[in-house]
Amino acid sequence: MSERTPVGGHSAPLRGVNRLFRRHRRLGLAALLTPPVFWLVVIYIASLGLLIGAAMFRLDPRSHKPTTELTTENLRTAFTDWDFVNVVVRSVFVAATVTVLCLVIALPMAFYISKIAKPWARRGLIVAVLMPLWAGYLVKGYAWKAMLRPASKFGIDKDGGFLASVFGWTPGFGMVAVILALTYLWLPYMVLPIYAGLDRLPPSLLDASGDLGARPLRTFRSVIVPMLVPSIAAGSIFTFSLSLGDYIVPKVVTEGKIRLLGNLIESTLLAPNQPLAAAFTLWPLMIIITYLIGMKRLGAFESL
Amino acid sequence: MTTSSKRARWGVALLSSLALVAAACGSDAKSAATTAVPATAAPTTAAPADTQAPADTQAPAGTEAPAETEAPAGTEAPAATDAPAGTDAPAGTEVPGATDYHWTPDAGVLAGAEGQVNLIAWAGYVEDGSNDAAYDWVTPFQDLTGCKVNTKLGNTSDEMVQLMQSGEYDGVSASGDATNRLIVGGDVVAIDTAKLPSYADVFDGLKLKPWNSVDGKPFGMPHGRGANLLVYNTEAFAESAPDSWGVLFTSGNPSDGAVSVYDSPIYIADAALYLMATQPDLGITNPYALDQAQFDAAIALLDQQKALVGQYWGVYTDQQAALEGGTVLAGTTWQVIVNLAKANGATIDAVKPVEGATGWSDTWMIAAKAANPNCMYLWMDWIASPWANAMVAEWFGEAPANSKSCGLTSDPEHCATYHADDEAFWTDVWYWQTATEECVDGRTDTKCVPYTEWVNAWNKLRA
Repeated sequence: MSERTPVGGHSAPLRGVNRLFRRHRRLGLAALLTPPVFWLVVIYIASLGLLIGAAMFRLDPRSHKPTTELTTENLRTAFTDWDFVNVVVRSVFVAATVTVLCLVIALPMAFYISKIAKPWARRGLIVAVLMPLWAGYLVKGYAWKAMLRPASKFGIDKDGGFLASVFGWTPGFGMVAVILALTYLWLPYMVLPIYAGLDRLPPSLLDASGDLGARPLRTFRSVIVPMLVPSIAAGSIFTFSLSLGDYIVPKVVTEGKIRLLGNLIESTLLAPNQPLAAAFTLWPLMIIITYLIGMKRLGAFESL
Repeated sequence: MTTSSKRARWGVALLSSLALVAAACGSDAKSAATTAVPATAAPTTAAPADTQAPADTQAPAGTEAPAETEAPAGTEAPAATDAPAGTDAPAGTEVPGATDYHWTPDAGVLAGAEGQVNLIAWAGYVEDGSNDAAYDWVTPFQDLTGCKVNTKLGNTSDEMVQLMQSGEYDGVSASGDATNRLIVGGDVVAIDTAKLPSYADVFDGLKLKPWNSVDGKPFGMPHGRGANLLVYNTEAFAESAPDSWGVLFTSGNPSDGAVSVYDSPIYIADAALYLMATQPDLGITNPYALDQAQFDAAIALLDQQKALVGQYWGVYTDQQAALEGGTVLAGTTWQVIVNLAKANGATIDAVKPVEGATGWSDTWMIAAKAANPNCMYLWMDWIASPWANAMVAEWFGEAPANSKSCGLTSDPEHCATYHADDEAFWTDVWYWQTATEECVDGRTDTKCVPYTEWVNAWNKLRA
C-alpha cells in the first residue's frame, strides 16, 4: 500500500461507494438482496418450473429428442404405472430404514460424546465421527462392495471380501447391502445435530429427573427425547433426503440388481427420454417437500 | 474416582476403536481402488498358456460348420495376439517409429487444426497407453497433429446419444443403434471423404450401410465390427464348455444366480435372438424387428431370466471385477473385457454361441456443431488409418475397418480370426440398430415395437 488510509476509513473510491449507498438507502437494499433473490428465483424456482414444463413435452421417437408438442402421457406413466410406483415405494422404504438405523446408532453415540466422554476425548470423538466425510464418496461405495463380496469357488481371491473372509458371512449384494452402505455414509449427518442438541441440554435436568426418582429409561423418554425432537428431525432430513436421492451406491453395492428412484431417473435420462425423466423427478420433489413440511412441524429448522 | 477413571478408559477404548474403523476404511478403500481401476497389468501374463490353442482353432477357420464358427470368436486368439507384442517385440514386429504410422494427414485439414478434440467413445477405442504401454495410439496422434484428445467414455449407445445431444462434443464412436437417432436428430452431419484419405481403404462391406449413410452419402468413418460374446468361467464349466446363449436364459447351469447381463434396453435383442433360434414358431427373423407378440415373448424370457442374474453391468470395469472375483460365472461380454480380466488372472473364456450373436459395426461421426471440426476430421482419418486401426482392433478384439490394417497386426492371423473380410461370417451377427415402428426386417403387414417402448419395457423389467 502506497498511502496510509485514515483510521477506520477507506480509500477514496470506496468512500464514494459508501456515500452513494448512504444517500440512496433503497439502492443499498437492492444491492444486498439481488444476488440471493436471483439465486432463488432464476436458479431454483425457474429451473423447477422448467422441470415441470419439460415433463409435459412429447418425445420424438426417432431422434429421442423432446418436441414442443404437449402431452400428459409422461406424468401419467410416472404416477400411475404400478411398476414405477413400486420403485418409489421401495426407495421411500430404504430411505426410512436408513434414517431409523442412523437414529438408533447416533443417539447413544451422541449421548456418550456429549454427556459421558471427558472434554478432551470429546473433541477427538467428534473428529472421528467426521473423519469418514473426508474420504471420497465413490471410494466408500466401492469399499463397501469390496467388503461385502461373497466368497466364490472360482474367483482369483476365493475367500471373498472382508465380511466373508473374517466373519464367514456376508449379506451379499442385495437390499441389506444398500441399507448398510447408506447408513454408513450418512451417519455423521445424524450424529452431529443430535450432538448439538444434547450439548444444549443442561445436565442439571438429568440430575433433577434422577432426583425425582426416574430411572434412566424414563429420563430418556420423558426428558431427553422431547428436547431432542428438533435435532432428530433435522438429522433425519439429511439422512432421508440423501438416501432417497442416491443412485450410485445402490448400483455399486447390488451389482445393478436393485434399482431405486435415482437409478430410474438416471436410466430414463440416459435413454435418452428427458421428458419422462423430468416426470419421475417430480416424485422425490413431492416426497421431500412433504417430509420437510412434516419436519418443520416438529421444529427441525430451529436446530439447523 | 474409580468411576471417572473407568469413564476415561471407556473413552479411550471408544476412540481407539473408532480409529481402527477409520483405518479399516482406509485399507478397504485401497483394495476397492484396485478392483475398480481397469487392469494395468500387461496382457502378456495370460498369453503363454494360450498360445497353442489358437493355432488349433485358426487352422480350420471355415465358415460352414457351426462347430467351427465359435472358435474364431473365442478368446484364445486375442490373448495369443498379445504374446508377440510382449515376447517378440524387440526382435520381430518392431515398435513403429514416427515414420511407421502409415498415415499422412490431409495437409489442408492439418493447417486448420484447433489444438484439441473432444470425443465420446466406447471403452478401449481411445487408448493412451495408461492401460497397457504397448497400446497407445493417442500420443502419436497428438504428436502428429497437435490436437489434444479429451475422451468421455459412453457405457451404452443411449448414453452416447444423450451426450451428443448436449452439443459439447466434436464426435462419437457410434454403434448402429445410436447412428440413426443422431442422424435423424441432426446431431451429426455427412462427411467429406475427400478430406479423409483413409476412407478409400475401408472394406466395402462397411461402407454406405443403412446405419452409416443417407441416400448414398456417408455419415461417418467406419471403425470396425465385432460380436457380443458369451463369457464363462472355465473352472465352473470345467465339464463342458457352453456354446449356447441358453446358459444365460435357462436354469440348471453352474452359473445360476451368477449371470452377468448388459444393462441396456438393447439387450432385449439378445433375448429375441435366442428365441429366434429356440422358438421358430414366433416367426422372428430379425431381433430388432419385433411385433408386439414377439416383443412380449422376449420380455417374458428376460423376466424369467432375472432369477439367474447376479449382475446387470453398465460400466465395463464392473463386469471385469466380477469376472475376476468369481461372483459372475457366465454372461454377455465384449472381447476387451475378457482380455483385461484374463490379464489379471481370471479363468474365463468367451465364444460366439451357435445361435449367432448381437454385435456392432461402429462409425466415427462428427457433430453438426463441432467446435473442433478439423481435429475431428484428423481423428476420424487417423483411427481408420492402417496402423491405428490395427492397434485398436487388436486391443478391443474386433475386426478392423481398414483393409491395410490386416498386414500390420502383431498377430498376422488377426483379420482371419476376426473375419474382417469374410461377409459370410457376419450373416448371423446382428449389428445393434434402432428398432422403429416400420419393421426393419421389411414386414409391412404389422407394426413393430419402436425403441422408445424398448426403453420403457426395460425400465419396467428392471424396476
